[in-house]
Amino acid sequence: MKIGVCVKRVPDTETRPKIASDEKNFDLSDAKFVISPYDEFGIEEALKLKEANGGEVVLISLDSSGDVTVIRNGLAMGADRAIIVEGDGERDPYETAVILSNVLKEENFDIVFFGKQGVGHDYQQVPSILAEIMNLPLISVVVELKIDGDKVEAVREIEGGEEVVEAKLPVLISAQKGLNVPRYPSLRGIMAAKKKPIDKKSPEFTAEKLSWEVEKVELPPPRKAGKIVEGEVEEQVKEIISFLSDEVKII
Amino acid sequence: MRRFEGVDFVESDLLLTEEEKLMRDTARKFVEDKVKPIIEEYHRGHRFPIHLVKEMGTLGFLGSNLKGYDFLPGISNVGYGLIMQELERGDSALRSFASVQGALVMYPILTFGSEEQKSKWLPLLASGEKIGCFGLTEPDFGSNPAGMKTTAKKVGSHYILNGSKMWITNGSIADIAVVFAKLEDGNIGGFIVERGMEGFKQVEIKNKFSLRASDTGILYFEDCKVPLENKLPGTKGLKSALMCLTQARYGIGWGVLGPAMECFHIALEYSKERIQFAGKPIASHQLVQEKLVYMLSEITKAQLLSIQVGRLKDEGKAHFSHISLLKKNNVKIAREIAKLSREILGASGIVDDYPVIRHMLNLESVFTYEGTDEIHTLIIGHRITDIPAYY
Repeated sequence: MKIGVCVKRVPDTETRPKIASDEKNFDLSDAKFVISPYDEFGIEEALKLKEANGGEVVLISLDSSGDVTVIRNGLAMGADRAIIVEGDGERDPYETAVILSNVLKEENFDIVFFGKQGVGHDYQQVPSILAEIMNLPLISVVVELKIDGDKVEAVREIEGGEEVVEAKLPVLISAQKGLNVPRYPSLRGIMAAKKKPIDKKSPEFTAEKLSWEVEKVELPPPRKAGKIVEGEVEEQVKEIISFLSDEVKII
Repeated sequence: MRRFEGVDFVESDLLLTEEEKLMRDTARKFVEDKVKPIIEEYHRGHRFPIHLVKEMGTLGFLGSNLKGYDFLPGISNVGYGLIMQELERGDSALRSFASVQGALVMYPILTFGSEEQKSKWLPLLASGEKIGCFGLTEPDFGSNPAGMKTTAKKVGSHYILNGSKMWITNGSIADIAVVFAKLEDGNIGGFIVERGMEGFKQVEIKNKFSLRASDTGILYFEDCKVPLENKLPGTKGLKSALMCLTQARYGIGWGVLGPAMECFHIALEYSKERIQFAGKPIASHQLVQEKLVYMLSEITKAQLLSIQVGRLKDEGKAHFSHISLLKKNNVKIAREIAKLSREILGASGIVDDYPVIRHMLNLESVFTYEGTDEIHTLIIGHRITDIPAYY
């Protein structure tokens, strides 16, 4: 079974964002980078499939940073090789999907995993656009997956419940928290990852640029100081009620 | 309180390889997810979290710097040090476990063992399926192991061991013990004694105020029958035992940076949040800043010493006196830093809501075991003056 996992290098979720001077990007010079956490569920599921069925797990990442540590971490978890498509800065979801589709077509995977979204920008668009471009079924927000021959049965999270979806390979799967518990890279895995190939490609992008671009990014306004109510309980209640009805007008 | 992300004032991370940083990440994640949430409970209960052993084995933390077999990760000594640092940030008990298993049980079997002993025990010890301990110290002989009273007498197809070993980490839970005893010719030899062998008894030491989450035991040998093939054929006198100690001491020198960094991190964050006089955090007071800067300075110097000794060890150039300096210096500053952190936390520093007092108590053992601070001073003194001054 040939398994692909699309992974994104993102700032650690605990990073405190700073806005770059152009006000359209973030200054991430001090940030620590990780594999987007949802992508780790994809890697783990891919490794479990390989362990059960044999085959190969290939990581694919569109990344212009030149830093391979994050990809190396995925290889240390157990993936066999990686393809990094080096670009020139941040791509929007449509460009990303077009570029990734070139790699996916060439590799001809039986199944490709994604995180349900890449943390940071959280566009949640790439898997859907890719499915459309490649004319393949996508099962999104998957929390349970069974594969038997070419039969795929996936449980997806929907509002207030679960939905069971069936499909046939080849298929695209976007992973949600709960699908599995990603393994830690073992020391032997880390040593082995040193020798695994990382193939660097330049992006092939022939489609039109998408029709939108980022105008401006800004931080949420700082929280204003809270109001402390004092006095007897009855007075406090009155004061809170008048605040809620007169000032913020929610009751 | 901000999440711990290491302490690296002079960017000494630049001296680490990509793999070494990934190894540290793995160990840090393991400690955050599996150790920190449960360790207070085990500390209070005076119990070793034995359920973590196999996962440490799977991740490769046991004997990780040893080489020669496929199942041994064979990582650099700096990588090994970083793993020890992260484990000890969880608790000295875990690092002590890994030190003993790797440096004091797997290392002697790999270095002094027969092919049969290696192929039988090393895979089981690396995976954590079997636990080992190391018996050198005795009730009456600690810093002076040459005085040991435990004897081994060859009788037919067995050695008969008599004596006892005390303060043995993993002592009561171990499946095998690497034990040093005096042979009839007065030389010291090493043996693999297995749990359940006739005349071998393992007893836990209770009521410790330090290393409460670690298993510490006493080993008793009463006409203990050990088959001839369980002698470690390569052991040549006390020197062989001391070679093991050098390995373990190296890991300890790194390990204590874990609690040192943790205690500094907590003191720094606490002092920025704790408000006392004039509505200002205590970090704005000069006396507190002085303590924080002392901690950071000592951690920074110790990190650089550790990396350098590690690189020397990889090149086979580390002298045991270098490792004495590493162990002595780093444990001393870690102990001091834990105490200062406790002071900054005030009354909060005496309860286990914070890990500080647990680390402070643990470091008392670490200060004494594996060569006391004083013995390491004398080893370095001997090296530079060429005059032994041990007694």
